[in-house]
Amino acid sequence: MRLLAEGLSARRGEDLIFNDISFSLAAGEALVVTGPNGSGKSTLLRVLAGLLRAESGRLSIENGPSGFAHPHELSHYLGHRNAMKRELTVEENLSFWQRFLGDSPGGSGIDLSAAAEAVGLAGIAQLPFGYLSAGQQRRMAMAKLLVAYRPIWLLDEPTAALDVSADRLFAGLVAAHLDHGGIVIAATHQPLGIAQPKTLQMKGFTH
Amino acid sequence: MIALFFRDLKLSVRAGGGAMIGVLFFMTVVAVIPFGVGPDLNLLARIGPAILWIGALLASLLGLDRLFQAEREDGSLDLLLMQETPLVLTVFVKCAAHWAATGLPLVVASPFLGLFMNMNELAIGATMLTLLAGAPAITFIGAVGAAVAVALPRGGLLVSILVLPLAIPVLIFGVSATYAAVEDPAPFLPPFMILLAITLFFAVIGPVAAAAALKHSAD
Repeated sequence: MRLLAEGLSARRGEDLIFNDISFSLAAGEALVVTGPNGSGKSTLLRVLAGLLRAESGRLSIENGPSGFAHPHELSHYLGHRNAMKRELTVEENLSFWQRFLGDSPGGSGIDLSAAAEAVGLAGIAQLPFGYLSAGQQRRMAMAKLLVAYRPIWLLDEPTAALDVSADRLFAGLVAAHLDHGGIVIAATHQPLGIAQPKTLQMKGFTH
Repeated sequence: MIALFFRDLKLSVRAGGGAMIGVLFFMTVVAVIPFGVGPDLNLLARIGPAILWIGALLASLLGLDRLFQAEREDGSLDLLLMQETPLVLTVFVKCAAHWAATGLPLVVASPFLGLFMNMNELAIGATMLTLLAGAPAITFIGAVGAAVAVALPRGGLLVSILVLPLAIPVLIFGVSATYAAVEDPAPFLPPFMILLAITLFFAVIGPVAAAAALKHSAD
């Protein structure tokens, strides 16, 4: 499987946030998007996730599973917000996303307790999500990536609010996903700990 | 999809959910009417069905603005938008869950409130039946307003104002079907069938329009 982006540009209001971005990622490859605040990292990820319309350019998948029109249907998106309900317990949240998202062809998600263990938070699945600390909430949002299989992970500042050990743990999860033929695109300021990722430096506004 | 239905049901009965708020509001509106109108039992019985319908309409508009806004605030809406499942279906299921959590309790509460208004059994039964048939339409119409106002921080009143004109036909035919059941010469079936038709019509149009609005609200 190969994810192709050709000549992407996106606009917010009058200004082009970025222009003519092209890359190609094969299975097992990661792309780290870097750049100063406001340079369009999040916008690029939202375009890739199909949440913002690209001004120009094309996104496609080669040799992917058939029947998927757009890469976002094969993607996990971990944005700034965790997409978990504070009122529900961690277990209810994860089990909802597991059942709602379902697995993409070519893999299967792991069960809830294994996912909670993988992010180092086994045993607190009965607590309401709102009771957890910011770092724990972020870790649980990562567990969401594991309970349903998607070949492509789009991660926007995944390690914000995480301590050093959680950073390492997350790097392990990303590496494992790449080993299984996944694709990771991450916007981040901190190194993700991935060996030899492709990098994309965002420059900011072009007028 | 079933998972989404039950999650929304669970959320509406947990702390901060809107399930009981609607019923309490409905009760408040109907309970103060006899104090305002006075102890004329015949008058109360005559205006009873209309008051119940107006109360139910206002109560179901309450809390509709949170339908998509709550999802947007915690980022869940992004994930709902990304899926392969058609967004129309997702919206329809969310509406169904919202109706089951907030509309159905209104229907269940209406007979008790009918007693406040000195309505007879036939009028109470007819009101319950017409509410059951007509209230889903209000949810589906409201979903469009909620989707349009999803990005506005104080969209609540705006949603009600956007939605109210479209909900007026539901009110008209709901009330007229109820009166037709109680007063003899008017036939019950024609207005009731139109009420059902309105519900079915908006069950199709509502989710399509709401899904379109949500797609374009993404930023």
